[in-house]
Amino acid sequence: MRNMFAKTVTELSDVYPDLVMLAGDIGNKLFDALKEKHPNRFLNCGVAEANMTGVAAGLAASGMRPITYTITPFNTIRCLEQIRLDVCYPNLPVIIVGTGAGLSYAGLGATHHSMEDIALLRTLPNMHVVCPADPIEVRLAVTDALKLGVPTYIRLGKKGEPIVHQTEPHFEIGKGICIREGVDIALLGVGNMLADTVKIAEELQSNGVSAQVISLHTIKPLDQLLLTSIFLEKKLIVVLEEHALIGGASSAILEWGCDNGLDVRKLMRFGGPDQFLLACGSQIEARKLVGLTLENIAQKILGRLR
Amino acid sequence: MDTIQLAAQFRAKVVEMSHIAKAAHLASSLSCMDIITVLYHSILQLDPKNPQWTERDRFILSKGHAATALYVALEYKNFITKANLATYGQVGSLLEEHPTPKLPGVEAATGSLGHGLPIGCGIALAGKIKKQTYRTFVLMSDGECNEGSVWEACLFAAANKLENLCAFVDFNKWQATGRSKEILALEPLAEKFRSFGWLVHEIDGHDHSQLLKAIRKPHIGQQKPTMIIAHTVKGKDISFMEDDNNWHYRIPTEEEVAFARTELGIL
Repeated sequence: MRNMFAKTVTELSDVYPDLVMLAGDIGNKLFDALKEKHPNRFLNCGVAEANMTGVAAGLAASGMRPITYTITPFNTIRCLEQIRLDVCYPNLPVIIVGTGAGLSYAGLGATHHSMEDIALLRTLPNMHVVCPADPIEVRLAVTDALKLGVPTYIRLGKKGEPIVHQTEPHFEIGKGICIREGVDIALLGVGNMLADTVKIAEELQSNGVSAQVISLHTIKPLDQLLLTSIFLEKKLIVVLEEHALIGGASSAILEWGCDNGLDVRKLMRFGGPDQFLLACGSQIEARKLVGLTLENIAQKILGRLR
Repeated sequence: MDTIQLAAQFRAKVVEMSHIAKAAHLASSLSCMDIITVLYHSILQLDPKNPQWTERDRFILSKGHAATALYVALEYKNFITKANLATYGQVGSLLEEHPTPKLPGVEAATGSLGHGLPIGCGIALAGKIKKQTYRTFVLMSDGECNEGSVWEACLFAAANKLENLCAFVDFNKWQATGRSKEILALEPLAEKFRSFGWLVHEIDGHDHSQLLKAIRKPHIGQQKPTMIIAHTVKGKDISFMEDDNNWHYRIPTEEEVAFARTELGIL
């Protein structure tokens, strides 16, 4: 995802003459082409995320279109107050991009895990929270965020994620994308869980369950129309996210469903536990630790349907 | 009216505002009043009819708790009316105890310390990228220099040679609960900024000619941001408030307001 992100930003730097890329001492080589084209529109801000976010706010307040980029927890939790007061309060068009969604950097330890970012960012007024599922969605999310011109958090995985979309979908921040039709239940895959969500639907199909698959790439604002229809039509709605269950996408849907009189008992949630994870190994191993595996999820869904 | 008379008027006004709104931080407004007076009277190029004028100079009151000092200056420059000013601290008023960017003439939401300098860096950087000639001014408190983000911004401004950025420390030697040099190791402050790559001018922050001289020192071609360390007195020009840190939070009584006005020569 991060390669596509850099490629997209480099391309769009010609479309948006005020686009400025701010990086927190990361991804230098990724942006070589951008630096070559527009040397004064790439800034390595060093390991100083609070300042980087404030600088982005100052740039945006002066008519520029800044994008900040570093590892997810450092670009979100570390500088949360700058995001809240400098960016969100004045509603400035700053795009905050974190690489390393969820357990992408599992082996680097809890310092680099990002299981709380959606929860924290979505509570901030004016903020939009977008979790692209594959490189194609990354390109579309960055493009749409620049069009929207509002505070936007884009949560990337790392690199080498599988491409889920066979063709380029219609993408709009705030609108989910139907990947696969299904009549019995709906599976809502968030960000880097979408590829596995499709596989789970296939597994369910072989067990006689017809599952619709939706890429729920935007957590804020939620796609209320889409959610309303699936709550009314499906007997089970399953949310899969590489994020803590506390405060994540499924939590947002629960809050919204409760406030809007929908039957939230239909909701089934898969995400991370309320604990720091130790000795995870790879992302795949880490997902096993928290139960985010195809087999476990498919079994639990089938169990619930029985 | 000269700037000394204007500063006295501003001081009298903020004392009254603190009394009426029952709002704290009066002494902090008094200590930076001369800096703000000189800036708004003699330096800042602004257009109150078009607060977002792209070529305007920018001023960020990073020590947002001194909001009343900013509000009286905004009223003086006609960004807000006298009637607006009178609503300070009231229900429905945009004149809150810390400035909101929703108010014309306010560049950033300040009140949480350590935010103004990074934002100022971004504004100054935008000016460089767009080849605009405005200057960016940021006013901080000495207590504010406890915040790590101030020093992150200092490193950034020097690295990016933001010569169009000018910051002040309103160095009144106090912070909320004690002497600023005792709470954290603030001194030697000027040396710290110099070692961070800034041009540093140390002046009497109540001497208007020193302020003007320091602000007007050539900055173009210097390749460095400017830091003006303004030595000030908290509660300046009101004898019973000067250097008494109780006035960080205390609210003046009606009698104290009258006494302060007399001392300031505002009848």
